[in-house]
Parts: sequence; C-alpha cells; structure tokens
Amino acid sequence: MRGYRLWLVVIVLVTVVCGWISLPSNPGIHLDWNDDGDYNDPFEMNKDLKVVQGLDLQGGSRVLLRAALNSDQYDDSTMDQAVKRIERRVNGLGVSEAVVQKQEGGRIIVELPGVSQQEVAFDAIKSTGLLEFVDFSTAGTIPEGTCVLTTEQVKIAEARLSEGETPQAYSDYTCEGQTSDAPADPAQLQADGTPFQTAMTGAGLADAAAANIGTVTTSWAVNFVLRDNGEGVDDFVNFVATHANQSMAIILDGRLVSAPTIQSDLASAAAAGTMDSGIITGDFTRDEAEVLAAQLKYGSLPIPLDIIAFDTIGPTLGEISVDRSIRAGIVGIITVLLFMLIYYRIPGIAAALALILFALINFALFKFIPVTLSLPAIIGFLISIGTAVDGNILIFERMKEELRNGRTMDRAIDAGFDRAWTSIRDSNFSTIIICFILYFFGSAFGASAVRGFAITLGMGLVINLFTAVIATRTFMHTLVLLVGTQLRARPRLLGV
Amino acid sequence: MLFNFAQRRKYYFLLSALVIVPGIIAMIISTATYNSPVRLSIDFTGGTIAEFSFVENVGEQQLRDTLAGFGLDNDIIVQRLDPISTDEISSETDIEPAGSRWQIRMENLSDERLNELKAYLQEQASPFWSPESVEDDPLRSAAITTSSISPTVGHEVTRAALLATLAVAVIILFFIVWAFRRIPHAFRYGACAIAAMFHDILVTMGIMSILGLLFDWEADALFLTAILTVVGYSVQDSIVVFDRIRENIPKYRGETYETVVNRSVLETIHRSLATQLNAVFVLIAILLFGGETIRQFIGILLIGMISGTYSSIFNAVPLLISWEKGEIPFVNRDAKQHRQEELTAAS
Repeated sequence: MRGYRLWLVVIVLVTVVCGWISLPSNPGIHLDWNDDGDYNDPFEMNKDLKVVQGLDLQGGSRVLLRAALNSDQYDDSTMDQAVKRIERRVNGLGVSEAVVQKQEGGRIIVELPGVSQQEVAFDAIKSTGLLEFVDFSTAGTIPEGTCVLTTEQVKIAEARLSEGETPQAYSDYTCEGQTSDAPADPAQLQADGTPFQTAMTGAGLADAAAANIGTVTTSWAVNFVLRDNGEGVDDFVNFVATHANQSMAIILDGRLVSAPTIQSDLASAAAAGTMDSGIITGDFTRDEAEVLAAQLKYGSLPIPLDIIAFDTIGPTLGEISVDRSIRAGIVGIITVLLFMLIYYRIPGIAAALALILFALINFALFKFIPVTLSLPAIIGFLISIGTAVDGNILIFERMKEELRNGRTMDRAIDAGFDRAWTSIRDSNFSTIIICFILYFFGSAFGASAVRGFAITLGMGLVINLFTAVIATRTFMHTLVLLVGTQLRARPRLLGV
Repeated sequence: MLFNFAQRRKYYFLLSALVIVPGIIAMIISTATYNSPVRLSIDFTGGTIAEFSFVENVGEQQLRDTLAGFGLDNDIIVQRLDPISTDEISSETDIEPAGSRWQIRMENLSDERLNELKAYLQEQASPFWSPESVEDDPLRSAAITTSSISPTVGHEVTRAALLATLAVAVIILFFIVWAFRRIPHAFRYGACAIAAMFHDILVTMGIMSILGLLFDWEADALFLTAILTVVGYSVQDSIVVFDRIRENIPKYRGETYETVVNRSVLETIHRSLATQLNAVFVLIAILLFGGETIRQFIGILLIGMISGTYSSIFNAVPLLISWEKGEIPFVNRDAKQHRQEELTAAS
C-alpha cells in the first residue's frame, strides 16, 4: 500500500502543475533572474502558455502573393514549386496547419492559423524571397547584410514597370526602403556603377545541407546540390569554371548573406563538366552553417513573389460549427463519465477521476508544447479518450471476473490490473506505431491535418498508459481505504 | 456449454460481403462516372474562390441558407473576412461593418454560373435591406472578386495515404507476429488483424461511395483522417481479442482451438460492447449537436468504428478458426488434409 501513497503524492503534484498551466489566465513562464531582458541565460525561460487554435477553429491571417514577373516569364510548374517551398517554409517555422493554395493569374494564397499580426505573417513568408548567386569578383570586402543590387533585381523591377507600376512598388525587392534607381549605399553597385551580375537564382538548387568537414569539430561548411537541367545551372557552371579563386556572393532578398571564394578544384570540376554539387566553406560555426543551408534550401523560390494583400479571416469550418462541435464534444465526454459511473459504480469513480486527470495532463501539454488545435487534432484527442476509457473497461471487466471466481476484493483489484496490462500495452503500442507512421506521412507530404491528428492521438495514448493504469489503480486503492468495509459487504458497488 | 459463437462464421462473412459487395459496385460506378471511387470535394479537386462584400452585416447562417437556395449546400467553405482596416481605406469609401465581407470556396463554377450567383445574391439580399441604404446595392458589386484555386490535398497526398496504410499493414503484421511469438502460428494473428483492417477500409470507402452516388457526399481532407482513424481503431480492437486468446491457449490445453477461441471472444465481448458504446456516445453527441460541416466526417467515423468492432469479433476471429481448419482456399492445405485423415481414422 505504501507504494500507492507515493503515487498519490505524484498524482496530486501533477494535477497541481497541470491545473496551473491549464488556467485560462495563466501568465506563462517568464524567468529572467538577472532582469537583463534577455532570456537566453541558463535557467531562464520565456514562454507564453496559450492554446494555439488551428485555422479551421479560430481563423488567422491570409496573405495573398503574386508573381513579380510577367506571365510569359514563368509557367505552371514553377508556380507549383513555389507553393511547395512556401508550404515547407511556413511549416518549418512552426506555423502548423498552414494552407497554401495556388490561384489563377500567378497568385498564391497563404493562410496562417493563429497569426494575427501582419508583421509576423510577412516575416514568415518574406524569408522565402529571392535567392541569388552573384559574380562578386569585382567587389572588395563588403560586410554581410549590405544591400547589393543585381541584374536579376533590375530585371524584376523592369518587368513590373512595364506593367505600369510605379517605381516605389518594387522597392521591396531590392533592399528595404531603397529603390533600385536610387542606390544610397555605394556598395550596392560595382565600381563602374552597374549592378552585379546574377549567375544563378535559387531555382537552380535542388538541396543544401550543413556538413562537418575536416578533423576539427568546429569546422563547418554547407553542401549544395544543383538541380538537374535546372534554370540557369549551365550559366552557373560556366561562371564557376571561369572564376577560380574569386569571390561569389550569396544574396537573399537583396542583402548579402555570405561571400565565399570559389575553390580552384571546384572550378576545374566545373570546367570538366562534372560539377553537380558544391561546397561553401568559410569560418562557419555549426549554427551559421545550418542557417545558411536552410536559407539555400527553403529561402529559394523559383520565382520572386510580391505580397499584395493581408487579411484576417474567420474559421474555415464556420463559427457556428466550431462552437457547436466543441459543446458536443463536452456533452459526449460527460455521457461517457456518466456511463462509467453507472455501469461500474465505485471503480467508475476511480475511472472518472483518472479521466479528468487524463484530460488535464493532455490540455496542459497542448498549451506547453504547444500543439496547434485543429479539428483533426481535437478528434485525435477524443479518440484517445476512448482508448483511455477502454483501458479502464478492460481492467474492470477483469476485476469483476476475478471477483466472480471467488477472489478477495483486494486480490481481485490487483489481478484485474495485472492481467489487463498486456492487452492495454499491446493495443496501445500498435496504435502508437500507427501514429508514428501517420506523423511521418503528414510531415513528408504536407498533409498537416493528418499530422495534428497523429500528435494528439499519440500523446493521448502515452499519457493513457500512465493514467489508465497507475492513476486508476492508485484511486482504486485509496477508495478501498476509505470505503473498504462497505464495499466488502456490498459487492454491487463494484458493479458485479 | 458455452454459446457456440464460432459455428456460425459463414453468416458473419456473408453479412460482411453484403455490405462490401454493393460498396465495391458503387466504387466501380463512381469511378466510371466521376473518375474516382468516392466523390471528391474541392480539397482534392480545387474549385472557385469568391469574395463578396455586403453593405451591411450578414450572418454566417443567413449566408449559408441563401447559398443553399442557389444549390450550393454541401462542400462549401464560408469564411468571414475582417473589414478592410481603416488606414487602407481611401476617404471616399465608407468603413464597412464587421461581417460584411465573406469569402466562399466552392466547386468550380463557370463564368455564367458565377454571374447567376451574383444576381441571385443581389435579389435575395434586397428585401432585407433597410430603406436608408437602398440607394446602394446590397452587394458591393465593385468588391466582388472570383478566381479558381488549386486543391489543398493533391494526388501526391492521396498516394502517400495509400502508402502509409500499406506501411501500417506491414509494420503491424511484424509487431503482432512478435507480440504473439509464444503461441503457435503467430503469423496468422497478424494476417487476420490486417485482413480485418482492410475489411474496415473497404466498408468505409464503399459506404462513402454509395452515399456519394445517392446523396452527393464528397470526400475531403477529413475523410482521409477518418480512414486512417478507422485503421488504428480496427487494429487495436483485434489485438484486445487476440490477447485473450493468447492468454487462454496455455490455460486450457485440453480444449480444441475452436473452443478456446470461442471462450476468449465470449470473455471479451463485454469489454467490446462497453468500449464501442462509449465511442458511439461521443460520436452521436457530435452528430446531433455538432456543426453541420463535420457531420459527414463523424458519420463516416461512426460507420468505420462499428465496422472495426464487428470485424475484429466476427471476421478476424472466425478467420483464425477457418485457417486452423484449412477452410481458406489456397492457404494451409495440409491442415485440411490432416483433418481429413483424422476423420477417416475416427470412422
């Protein structure tokens, strides 16, 4: 019995912590011991505890993008590529369940759940901007972050001007606040006043990854792979072949990201026609290499896009639907609790308490991780409640069986738990495997609805292994301690 | 003597066939008519997106009802758009009231049909307009934008779902074979659980296909989720029943396999019914009180769960017995021969 007292203490602690996190008015965890406003020190933490609702439940923001080129300068497949990259990018930034849809006329709709500020939404998408590899052989030492004007940017600006736009409209595509016809910073241009030559845009890249090179663990580089027959790849290879030991700049949205030197062996590989990938070395730390790789991989869009509109939108399912469905879910859970109480009596009380604990832990984790709650995610949670109840039913049916076979009450309770365990373990485990497969499938193919479902269901199953077995058992023993004599006199209270 | 559940197994298979065969026929008809075994919603096909701006506030239900009157009742997504914020509005435009701008996603509409829709909305909206604002159109014609959109769930995703289901089948098969390694013929348990799983997929898809032909039900991204849920539920349910067989085999060594299996099913049937009842409570509550947009999803989930419970007791388990007895064509012939020899020896 002593073991259960310890569990009881654990359960009370878990309840208090989860209850605190679940409080609607929870202020979040903001630990800043030395009050320097910087939360990056060890033992410091800056975390908001809020329920993140999916686009289908609460709406969010919608950003409309449009190709910044004339319609004859891109085709449908480049647009599809752009859609996929934006999708991966916004998912990679932690905005889950984003919807990215292609519209006619070179437009793309991006819907971001839970994002209500314009700047946040724009930042999420803007980093999918124009990536260029630029001939930098004529440049001196230019610091990172400097605005650089390139031939590709001029091309875009001219395409837009030909559509009747005013010069101010294309300023976004060079550097913020500077128009291409009025360079304020001399570093933007080559010494002769012309823009730098773009060798290739991000459209030519298939992949990029950070890699550890050499024997020193701190030496990092970025590998990139060229796209087979990708746009501009031939020009790029020619450029590399003829510019050994000269500088090449990597420019994202008009700003200098990095200016590596072309190694002579890469140049000779390019000249020999065997170059299909390359490596960017520099004085990178691991973090820097990873950031650059991510920029190369995701930050490169096959065509430049403009943000043309921002809107806040209501839930996809409609407000009425959402309210009603949530209310219905609550009605369903209460019905289940009543069923357990009526059908299993005293054990039903233990099950009901365990279920409430189960819901509390889940909800606290939803807020803490945080998990984006969309309809599929909520359904996943409801199904995991079903599994939690199932665990208790398996145990109680066993318990009743043992009682009918003439066991004493305490031994019947223990036997019920012990013998139901293999069943609970194997059935939960098989479903956890399924959740892993669904999660992987959801991430790999952008079916984020499926992923949300897999996360909440899988979480529920794991928590269920704790609540359905340990918590219910602890509650049962506590109840026996409290009302054991009455129970022994009236087995009906055990639902037999 | 215990109730002999396993004896009637032919009837259980027959009942499953009675549901599955019409479903398969429906899927064939549907494939011939719509080029897909179930009717697909705009999540899969793409469609038309339109923005309407009304002069006054319009409620979601009011708008939905009006659109239903035009024949756009299912498979549309109605979303409220916030009024254009004040700093973007030029001086000559009035500030729009909240709830006056709406975005509607629907099936692909032709240009003519779109014009009809605009006219219909004008006409339907007019009587409700207060006299002060009649000078203006109830619908801001200038603010109407329409465009066609790509699907959110592509062929790639559908193919990936198929692959995921196959991966689930293979991995679960291995898992069950491993979990049941201590009892004879562990492979059969895995195979029968997977067979029951495919049964449930077929039932769910088939009924969806029939509902698509009869009532225009259309499969959306949630349908994909429903199918995957059914897969998980089905496997879990089979394992619980199998677990009891696993436990009873060494316990009742004197009994025939059929008797042990029979006993195991009867011992777990209470749990199966209680669990099923609980799941049904939640789903029926959502079906009755929940919003209409997810009603189809819950309906399909309900069908899949009932099928999942049925198939683990009435398909997976009888299949095990049939396999043991060598009744399954092409599989385990030596068992049949063995039984024949036993019979001859007995006579």
